[in-house]
Amino acid sequence: MTLSKMNRSNMSLSSRRRARKAFRAESTYHATGVAIALFFLAPFAITLLASFRHGTEARLPPLPPWPANGISLDSYRSLDTFGAGVWQHTFNSLLVSLATVALTVAVSVLAGYGFSRYRFPLKNVLFVLIIATLMIPFQSILTPLFIILARLGLNNSLFGLTLVYVTLQLPFSVFMMRNAFDAVPKEIEEAARIDGARDLKLLFRVLMPLVLPGIATVAIFAFLNAWNEFLAALVLLSSNEKYTLPVLMMAVRAGRLGAVNWGAVQAGVAVMTLPCLVVFLLLQRYYMRGLMAGAVK
Amino acid sequence: MAGSGPGKALPVRRRRRRHSQWRGLLYIAPAMALVIVFFVMPVLFTGWMSLHNWPLLGSPRWIGFNNYFRMANDGRFVSALRFTTYYTVIVTIAIFAVAFPLAIFVERHRRFVGAYRTIIFLPVVVGLASASLLWVWLANVDSGFIGPALKALGLVEKSPNLLATFDSAFFTIIVMVVWKIAGFTMIILLTGLQAIPSELTEAARIDGAGRWQRFRYLTLPLMRRTIALALIISVTGSILAFDQFYIMTSGGPQNRMISVVYYIFNQSFVSFNLGYGAALSIALLAILVIISVMQLRLLRVGEDRP
Repeated sequence: MTLSKMNRSNMSLSSRRRARKAFRAESTYHATGVAIALFFLAPFAITLLASFRHGTEARLPPLPPWPANGISLDSYRSLDTFGAGVWQHTFNSLLVSLATVALTVAVSVLAGYGFSRYRFPLKNVLFVLIIATLMIPFQSILTPLFIILARLGLNNSLFGLTLVYVTLQLPFSVFMMRNAFDAVPKEIEEAARIDGARDLKLLFRVLMPLVLPGIATVAIFAFLNAWNEFLAALVLLSSNEKYTLPVLMMAVRAGRLGAVNWGAVQAGVAVMTLPCLVVFLLLQRYYMRGLMAGAVK
Repeated sequence: MAGSGPGKALPVRRRRRRHSQWRGLLYIAPAMALVIVFFVMPVLFTGWMSLHNWPLLGSPRWIGFNNYFRMANDGRFVSALRFTTYYTVIVTIAIFAVAFPLAIFVERHRRFVGAYRTIIFLPVVVGLASASLLWVWLANVDSGFIGPALKALGLVEKSPNLLATFDSAFFTIIVMVVWKIAGFTMIILLTGLQAIPSELTEAARIDGAGRWQRFRYLTLPLMRRTIALALIISVTGSILAFDQFYIMTSGGPQNRMISVVYYIFNQSFVSFNLGYGAALSIALLAILVIISVMQLRLLRVGEDRP
């Protein structure tokens, strides 16, 4: 056996051993990963699957955790018997969330543009004032909000609730949009100005497409926060047919005659969580951008 | 049209600047209007209300600082404060104990690591109210999943009623919150981990530093700022906890799970002591501003000694 041959066989042995070790490390890693993923996914999966069981099974524990006796929409039907019907409350939630998105985008694009491109007195003070509202929890100003909305004739109104949500979104959104406009080179604006585009036309035709990623980030956060918010909706909405989904679910959670219809709870959780998950999975990139901007700041 | 001949440049520019001064204000006017009407005014109004006896119906009566004196002697407020502190400490430790290993786990460059990150993050994007509802069902003694599954596996004889005693209900809520929030903290910590130059860790490895030593003397100090940030977010969020106690235990066995926000809610919107509720709100606000100031200090310490 020549020296070089021996060397080669030695090498292949050690490299094979290394490969086996790497494979074992890889398998351990992914076994752990799958276990972790299961813990975080299981509650969603169990609820969603359980919500399609027959109405008679709703009281029983979800064992096995899938509809073993066929699929049925009974849970969703019983959810529909609460409040003004699940369609009405989903509509309320959607209306508030989409209006919050539209208004937040409109207001923060204008403000971001103003803060980025114009000089005016007290500019820095006003910017800090908007950002500083982050330090104050809205939970501590609910009572006066309730009274101010009443004075404005906006008590128990979805529009009033929307305005509150938009205000809560502003610090983050104005900050995001100002940074987005800061990142647009001034030359583009100058060129457009020479071509005769001015002010709002310049903003909407020329600059809007350039800050679209920022707008997507602002929009997705506005949607999720408005869709999920509970305490302000609980306090500011007082009549049944105005309730958003989380407030409706309090009636479901309380149950009737001391008995909770768990099927309706499962169906309600599915209706409330699925839109969030879908929006997040579709627009994950923009969501993470916003998170990083907040974290780095 | 403003002509821009070279000779007239100066006055034109000046005119345009003055013109744009109030135009800039015009752009930010809607945002300012909202912040003033729905934030600045309510904050000032809260202070004003806290000096009154303010019933829902009937006229408010000026009582000076009596609401604040009342607060100092209010045993239920003190116990709400104590419970909120206890919850904040425990839940923050629990979140970090889970999120830090997760961040290290998803930092490696392996296949599917993106999928793991996404899945762990999923509960963050659903509402705390939805998560609470979900878990109150999972934890239900007869119709839920956790208890009956433990029984089916033969680990317990009888399905435990998790929400019936303080300790088990508290533990269930902690698990729920960790499930809901850990992904968020994980991503924050991940950004800190990724900011550490790999040459540094490599150099330490070559110098013979073990895995624990590298973590303790390299990773942790370099992540000080990120950890401080994650800590602040977790602490301020936990102090404002409400949904989980309201939805999962309705204040808990023997009303022992009333957090500060829950107590303010009860005083303002159940008992309609709006003035007293406002005074409690000011106390909460003061606590959070103090924490925010400490936050800034903590972050600055991180800058001084990187």
